[in-house]
Amino acid sequence: MSETEVQAGPVQVRGTVLTVRRVDAYYAMTVVAPGIAARFRPGQFVAVAVGGDDTSMLLRRAFSIHDVRPDHGGTVEFVFAVHGRGTEWLARCRARDVLDITGPLGRPFPVPRDPVSCLLVGGGYGSAPLFALAGRLRERRCTVDFLIGAASGDRVFGALTARRTGRTATITTEDGSLGVRGLVTDMLGQVIHEARTDVIYACGPMPMLRQVTALAGRYDIPVQACVEEAMACGIGVCMTCVLPVTGSDGITRMVRSCVDGPVFRGEQVRWDDVGTIPFDAFGAPGWEPRTRRASEATAAGRAAGSAAAGSPAAGGHAAGGPAAASNGTDGRRGHD
Amino acid sequence: MTDLRTRLGHVELPNPILTASGCASSGRELAQFIDVSKIGAIVTKSVMLGPRSGRPTPRMAETPSGMLNSIGLQGPGIDSFLQRDLPWLLSRGARAVVSIAGGTVGEFAELAARLSDAAGVTAVEVNISCPNVEHRGQVFACDPAASAAVVEAVRGRTRYDIPVFAKLSPDVTDIVSIAKACVSAGADGLSLINTLLGMVIDTETMRPVLAGVTGGLSGPAIRPIAVRCIWQVREALPGVPIIGMGGVKTGQDALELILAGASMVSVGTTNFHDPSACARILRELDEELSRRGIDRLSDVVGLAHEPRTAPRRRLSGMRE
Repeated sequence: MSETEVQAGPVQVRGTVLTVRRVDAYYAMTVVAPGIAARFRPGQFVAVAVGGDDTSMLLRRAFSIHDVRPDHGGTVEFVFAVHGRGTEWLARCRARDVLDITGPLGRPFPVPRDPVSCLLVGGGYGSAPLFALAGRLRERRCTVDFLIGAASGDRVFGALTARRTGRTATITTEDGSLGVRGLVTDMLGQVIHEARTDVIYACGPMPMLRQVTALAGRYDIPVQACVEEAMACGIGVCMTCVLPVTGSDGITRMVRSCVDGPVFRGEQVRWDDVGTIPFDAFGAPGWEPRTRRASEATAAGRAAGSAAAGSPAAGGHAAGGPAAASNGTDGRRGHD
Repeated sequence: MTDLRTRLGHVELPNPILTASGCASSGRELAQFIDVSKIGAIVTKSVMLGPRSGRPTPRMAETPSGMLNSIGLQGPGIDSFLQRDLPWLLSRGARAVVSIAGGTVGEFAELAARLSDAAGVTAVEVNISCPNVEHRGQVFACDPAASAAVVEAVRGRTRYDIPVFAKLSPDVTDIVSIAKACVSAGADGLSLINTLLGMVIDTETMRPVLAGVTGGLSGPAIRPIAVRCIWQVREALPGVPIIGMGGVKTGQDALELILAGASMVSVGTTNFHDPSACARILRELDEELSRRGIDRLSDVVGLAHEPRTAPRRRLSGMRE
């Protein structure tokens, strides 16, 4: 999948911070980064080094690009929530501070050729990349409906913009403080019916994406899902952001969400198996290349033995731990 | 302009800055940010015989000046490497040091044979020290005899003109005994050090952060351990070339490992933080050496082992 080299690849820039704005529960940061702005397509993200030059925080924080503008030669805006020391540091940045940023990274949202009815579904600040996408879709004469939600009203990102620019905009909150009480997925069927949706674009926490894909499947509507997976580098070298995705050849591979994603076709992601290595995944314990099976019976026995010993425990933990831990409705791709 | 040439066994490299295995994939991704032909070599992510899916996620955790990883050697296997990655590296003019990993001595030997049949392998690095395997008993580098068995098998099946380096774990009581066993078994050099086994517990969920529970600790946090290991091995085996790695973030860090005895330095975790790190560190190392009036890298390899007066005499000689 990663064989195709991106023509306009990412760049690493030292970008000057223009503004850091508080937007309800989130922060929106605008940085001068001409190279990134010029190459940007909706759905792509940036990876930001945090903590300054002598930082003890080695991992870049990845954020969806919210918007790019042509002023100052090209600016990039991204939205984040403060989750830990890295994002705390970022929130304390001020105008004229300099950030080391790489981008634009990842595969963008594919845009339909025909003028179709598009539903954009966002959870928490997962809605951030959807507004640039909406602009791109409208250029293609597509209609755009929004369905965005979060735990509470201050965690719904871009409600006003959605209402102003969408043909329709449905807002949900779990506490009922804004729009309809409930989850975005509670309203999905109704919105699909009313908007006569042809295609869904979704970005948000894994449980939301899983549910959106499942519901859309009932209506036979394709879903382009933008995942928020913890990453260390954002450029494809660290191999930490993998998730099980079934290719067109029917084989499930552990693919990197940073370079093979973050946008995937919803039905190709094995949502229920995220956080595990499915037993039939390419190269899973016990998986054997067909030609070697006979010659390496011993190795196979050993691999199978270790699979029995190691995997169930690890898998069980993964299913209970991170899924429960990481996501409320604050979608987050960075790990803190 | 300092003469940065160095020797990887009998192979000459234009400069001593390499990528560390597992931190640069097979070079393609970093090539978007640096010219991979300008650094000493790309040390590939460890290649295994067959495809391997690795461990479940979460696979990493940030730690003070470091990180834990628990990838578990994910990769498509040697066939894919030989078809796609090696030709690509060569087409870009990069030198390829191929890291290999296996579960048995036989797997290592077969990998060595496969690589020897392919053209363009600069060196083989034998990863006998990955901590992310199901059983700690599989970490060959914890035992001198097991290490020697792997190295002997790999050396035996590797073409004579391809140097074989053994990558060792610092998680041992006496790294020198492992180093000696590897060299006796035919290793042309040693790579020091692999990650240390570590663990992080999330105090909110009150459970281990990593799905694999434990992971390899890397980053500047482990640099003093790397310096110590390189120092000890250099002291015991002064003639054996060492690829040093462990927390190198700047040219000054690279120089520290060189002074301890490394004649090449691999950059690992820092690539995640700064994808152009290898090019930057190479430039910084050049500046560090020039600033000290050193015009040959080989003059400072292991220099810290010499009595304190030696460098002073050398520098004053230069001023005359």
